[in-house]
Amino acid sequence: MTTYMRRSLPRLMAAAAFIVAASAAHADIKIGAVLSVTGPASFLGDPEKKTLEMYVADINAKGGVNGQKINLIIYDDAGNPNQARTFGTRLIEQDGVDALLAGSTTATSMAIIPLAEEAKIPFINFAGAVQAVFPAKPYIFKTPHTDLMACEKIFEDLKKRGLTKIAMISGKDAFGASMQQQCMTVNAKYGIDVLHQETYGPGDTDMTPQLTNIKGTAGIQAVVNPGFGQGPAIVTRNYKQLDIKVPLYQSHGVGSKQFIDLAGAAADGVRLPAAALLVADKLPASDPQKKVVVDYKTTYEKNTGQPVSTFGGHAYDGLMILVDAMKRAKSADKAKVRDAIEATKNFMGTGGVVNMSATDHLGLDLTAFRMLEIKNGDWTLAN
Amino acid sequence: MMRRFVQSPYAVVLALAIVIAILPLVLPSTFYLRVAALIWIFALAVVGLNLLIGFAGQVSLGHAGFFGIGAYAVAIGPTHLGIPPGLALILGAIAAGVVAFLVGRPILRLRGHYLAVATLGMGLLFAMVFANESAWTGGPDGMPVPRPVLFGWRMSGPWTWYWIAGVTLVIGAWIAANVIASPTGRALRAIHDSETAAQVLGIDVARYKLIAFVLSAVYAAIAGAYLAMFDGLVTPEASGFLRSIEFVTMAVLGGLGSTLGGIVGAALLVLLPQLLTVFHDYEHIALGLVMIVVMIFVPAGIVPSLANLLGWRKS
Repeated sequence: MTTYMRRSLPRLMAAAAFIVAASAAHADIKIGAVLSVTGPASFLGDPEKKTLEMYVADINAKGGVNGQKINLIIYDDAGNPNQARTFGTRLIEQDGVDALLAGSTTATSMAIIPLAEEAKIPFINFAGAVQAVFPAKPYIFKTPHTDLMACEKIFEDLKKRGLTKIAMISGKDAFGASMQQQCMTVNAKYGIDVLHQETYGPGDTDMTPQLTNIKGTAGIQAVVNPGFGQGPAIVTRNYKQLDIKVPLYQSHGVGSKQFIDLAGAAADGVRLPAAALLVADKLPASDPQKKVVVDYKTTYEKNTGQPVSTFGGHAYDGLMILVDAMKRAKSADKAKVRDAIEATKNFMGTGGVVNMSATDHLGLDLTAFRMLEIKNGDWTLAN
Repeated sequence: MMRRFVQSPYAVVLALAIVIAILPLVLPSTFYLRVAALIWIFALAVVGLNLLIGFAGQVSLGHAGFFGIGAYAVAIGPTHLGIPPGLALILGAIAAGVVAFLVGRPILRLRGHYLAVATLGMGLLFAMVFANESAWTGGPDGMPVPRPVLFGWRMSGPWTWYWIAGVTLVIGAWIAANVIASPTGRALRAIHDSETAAQVLGIDVARYKLIAFVLSAVYAAIAGAYLAMFDGLVTPEASGFLRSIEFVTMAVLGGLGSTLGGIVGAALLVLLPQLLTVFHDYEHIALGLVMIVVMIFVPAGIVPSLANLLGWRKS
């Protein structure tokens, strides 16, 4: 009897709490967010949080979704996966959310994925790495481009320019290491030979030795630098100092104005794959993505007073895909919303055109990336 | 009689067992169960660390390294080597003990700041290995930890881990109480007060310090393995510098030299981020403020100061 009591009482209480939460949900749609607002990944979490708050307020001011207001609950995991899982549990168990927009990093997303799967709650995450949506799990979706796509875009451009022998210098941080691995899985497909590889630590302040090795390797036609933070900026400057003539490719990880500021004049001529958001005002008026990226950029910069970054754009896409799905499902019912998200077709986001399917819960293809070239301290569309 | 019982280290163990048994009856949802389970897991590491810092008086800023060894043992063992999780946990604890033994012998000759810096370096070293050996550890993004299966029963969920962590904590606290009440405990306290005096009294200082170091490493490794299996995921952050600092903060905040203090400290640091979410953007300021206030007004830590106040302890 006692064991029965011990087992069942909390469950009864949980059920009671759930009923209370469920009846409250009739009034509001609850969307839960666990973001890395502080800590080492705050450059991701902070614009995501601002974007979500801004647009949820806007949606509510316009009457909400299906006549229901959105109640947005945001918790800060400080980039810690254990904390992310605890807050994820809290959103699901305590707050009784209808959907999750969470996971600023791959690690925090991976910590929440099993919870959302188990509770059958639609979960759109903002993780960079491929493993966050492949293989596809029923309730898990993501918006950011993968590092695999960035590699493919770079290799595509290299092939077009007839450059097939390259060297790679990558950061040892999560982003750099993962992208380096992904690049090595597709280089053969594009006929690219990686002749030499170098790495640098996240805190390194001088990459001259590694770049000297690359300069000394015969036959190299281009250099690719997977990494983010200040590492790529230092690589770019050292690259110029050593007067290496072959083209330098950076990744989408440097997609913020800070990179150009840090690298200075050395950044001229550097190419990188990035979302259209960075070149919003330079897109031709005929570009179908122009309206959405210009609108988002203007709204974000007006409300926060800070330059727009692609990271906040991922949160915008996640929220809009979710809201769009809720409208099509005509309810916030978790299973129906899930089906509606999976049926998303021709959705124009800041990251590109989204076409989801049962096996593809990202829905972006290579056209989502634009090849940019830095000229005179600003982004321009290459070719 | 009452006072004598309350002062005995076993009273804490008994009280803890009662609390752990009763708590699930009043916790309204599995979210609270998860938080409680996290408290027991972190408390386990802190109870071990308390033997080293609180009793032997040796500061370690690298215990997250051992925590990480335990965590990665249950991740790497089953995934790469085909070792069942239960055995991997035991091997991880043994590995942490062996590492502590090997590292501790030279390191524990150092005193004060030098010892703190040496342990700090050791902890950072492990964090770097876990982050860089991506073929084994999955690199900075970490790797999934397979759920242990016991007689066909998949051990997952807050309910299961609440009991596993809770029972282990009671056993851990009981072992710690035994150590404290034994001649080893008296020797450790003598070393804490004065190493020279302890040596003069014929205490093998190096040996006892090493015992405390190895024991605390094993506690940390088991806690790390539990957290990894509970979360189903391990990242290098598990053995990061901040984790080490967190352990020391838990021990100091709750009260050094008190097993209950370690548990209260762990509870406080696990609970506060959850409670302080009401302050929204100011939660980190609030957290810092709570710590500063505790350190200013109860410098001996919460539990010893409270005990003094209630007259349970001869000052």
